[in-house]
Amino acid sequence: MKRKSSYAKYGYIFSIPFFIAWLVFMLYPICYTLLIGFTDLKGVGNTNFNILWDDLFKNYKFVLSTPSFKTALVNTVIIWLCNFVPQIILALLLTAWFTDKRCTIKGQGFFKVIFYMPNIITAATVAILFNQFFAYPKGVVNDIMVGLGIFKDNVNMLNNGTVARGIIVFIQTWMWYGYTSIVMISGVLGISPELFEAAEVDGANRWQTFFRITIPCIKTVLLFTLVTSMIGGLQMFDIPKLFLDGGPDNATITTSVFIYNQAFAGSYFYNRASAASVIMFIIISILSIIMFYMLRDKDEVALRKLIRQQEKAYKRKQKGL
Amino acid sequence: MAMKNDDSFNRAKGISLKVEDRDANKSDVALKVVIYIICIFLTLLSILPFWIMFVNATRSTTQIQGTAVSLIPSTYLMNNFKILTSKSFNPFRGFLNSLIISSCSTVLAVYFSSLTAYAQVVYEWKLRNAFFSFIMAVMMIPTQISMIGFFQMVYKMGLTNNYLLLILPSIQAPQMVFFMRQYLQPALPLEIVQSARIDGAKEFFIFNRIVLPIMKPAIATQAIFSFVGSWNNLFTPMILLSKTDLYTMPIMVSLLRGDIYRTEFGSIYLGLTLTVLPLIIVYIFLSKYIIAGVALGSVKG
Repeated sequence: MKRKSSYAKYGYIFSIPFFIAWLVFMLYPICYTLLIGFTDLKGVGNTNFNILWDDLFKNYKFVLSTPSFKTALVNTVIIWLCNFVPQIILALLLTAWFTDKRCTIKGQGFFKVIFYMPNIITAATVAILFNQFFAYPKGVVNDIMVGLGIFKDNVNMLNNGTVARGIIVFIQTWMWYGYTSIVMISGVLGISPELFEAAEVDGANRWQTFFRITIPCIKTVLLFTLVTSMIGGLQMFDIPKLFLDGGPDNATITTSVFIYNQAFAGSYFYNRASAASVIMFIIISILSIIMFYMLRDKDEVALRKLIRQQEKAYKRKQKGL
Repeated sequence: MAMKNDDSFNRAKGISLKVEDRDANKSDVALKVVIYIICIFLTLLSILPFWIMFVNATRSTTQIQGTAVSLIPSTYLMNNFKILTSKSFNPFRGFLNSLIISSCSTVLAVYFSSLTAYAQVVYEWKLRNAFFSFIMAVMMIPTQISMIGFFQMVYKMGLTNNYLLLILPSIQAPQMVFFMRQYLQPALPLEIVQSARIDGAKEFFIFNRIVLPIMKPAIATQAIFSFVGSWNNLFTPMILLSKTDLYTMPIMVSLLRGDIYRTEFGSIYLGLTLTVLPLIIVYIFLSKYIIAGVALGSVKG
């Protein structure tokens, strides 16, 4: 007993570096951000501030009433949703194809490597590369479109907000579908093969197998993908910042770009940027909690139902005997 | 294209006819052809943008303005390089800076995450479970919301333009701790630790000399992701670094968008290529581990 407790202290000692680093580099900055949101801190290089006691939520009121923040919020959600939906559909398709035992696809390893490649490339580089591709009057995409006869003449596509947003959606999807696919495929490979064999014996076709067995079994993986994609997607910065810097006319501005532009450009409104950060944090937290709650509840309910059914079946069996 | 596909379709059909269950196999083959076409299309989509970028890096601005798309390299590589480096873009400096930051933060992240995970797995301490729940909760916090406070804190200390503030925060990497713990729990036989203790080894010695080597596979995959993540990071360096000598690769890239290179298309493509090339080379050699790492993370997560 004495020995055990003498080792126990190492548990604390080994965890201390992590904890201190977290306090200094995460908790303190978060609290500081929260504080700055209630102050008049602005101006480049300024670190002195007064708390706005007479109107504590002035910055919050300002941020929430600014049209560009609303635009940013709407854009962020639209861009995330529009890239998440096709991404998950494509990933599910690839998962269904790559894990189907009845028709094996050759070169899966190669395809996975290629599909994942855009994900490791610097997002900043990708943003500027695509900016070059869509350049006007002479750019790669214009060249291809005119060559194929789809456009009669070169078009300045980036002037159109919807098109610009669409391109960002495309870039995001292109960068992330490989990751999502690999995650899901490995999730499916983790399912016991006996389940699939049983389904085959029972005469289930491809669709039935996929929707009745595969999808329910990878539910946790799906939730994991959904939550991580959401947390990452709602913080999207590199691509919208460097692709068109939020333009044209704020059509591609996201909340992170809004926060950056408030704090590190123009009048250096650190206070407003802080308020916007806190609002963002609240939104992301609420959404995450909702997602967890929804899935956890359903799973538990289903499990309880299953147990009850089995109990009933067992009782019936006993009665029959 | 269509002809070719029909061809392979017919050929594939010929093969399938030899198999017993003809009807089922016909639809199987049709599906297979569709799958391969889509996969090849996606492959092209992944490769072509980078290929066009590589090729355009070797072409002159006039060539690019003539036809922006070309699959055949030209001979203006050196010329583009001269224009690129004559202005504010210094690829070697950026490469070196990024290398320093990424290597140091990767080493710190991997070492301290392993240490924290080890404390979770081996020792029985009162707050162990509470600390694990804490790590799980912290994992979900979006880092960007702390950035304004982080910048103000660093600025007050006068430590902007100092790499320490880009490196030290990687000591706390909750995702990595979580991953390491999941790896270590089944992989580490406690008897080894106990017998080392009987031999008189100190706890730090046991961790450094016995446990770290056992964790090598996990460390390798996590190190790759940590390195790539740090290498690609734009936000933090952008708010902390203002001296051009200290710029990292992603900040260098962001310079290509400004007015400096407005019409020097060849140079812009070359600059982009120089930032992508190290990553692609690393990827070619390590892709096996990277893909395995992505897959592993999901199952555990």
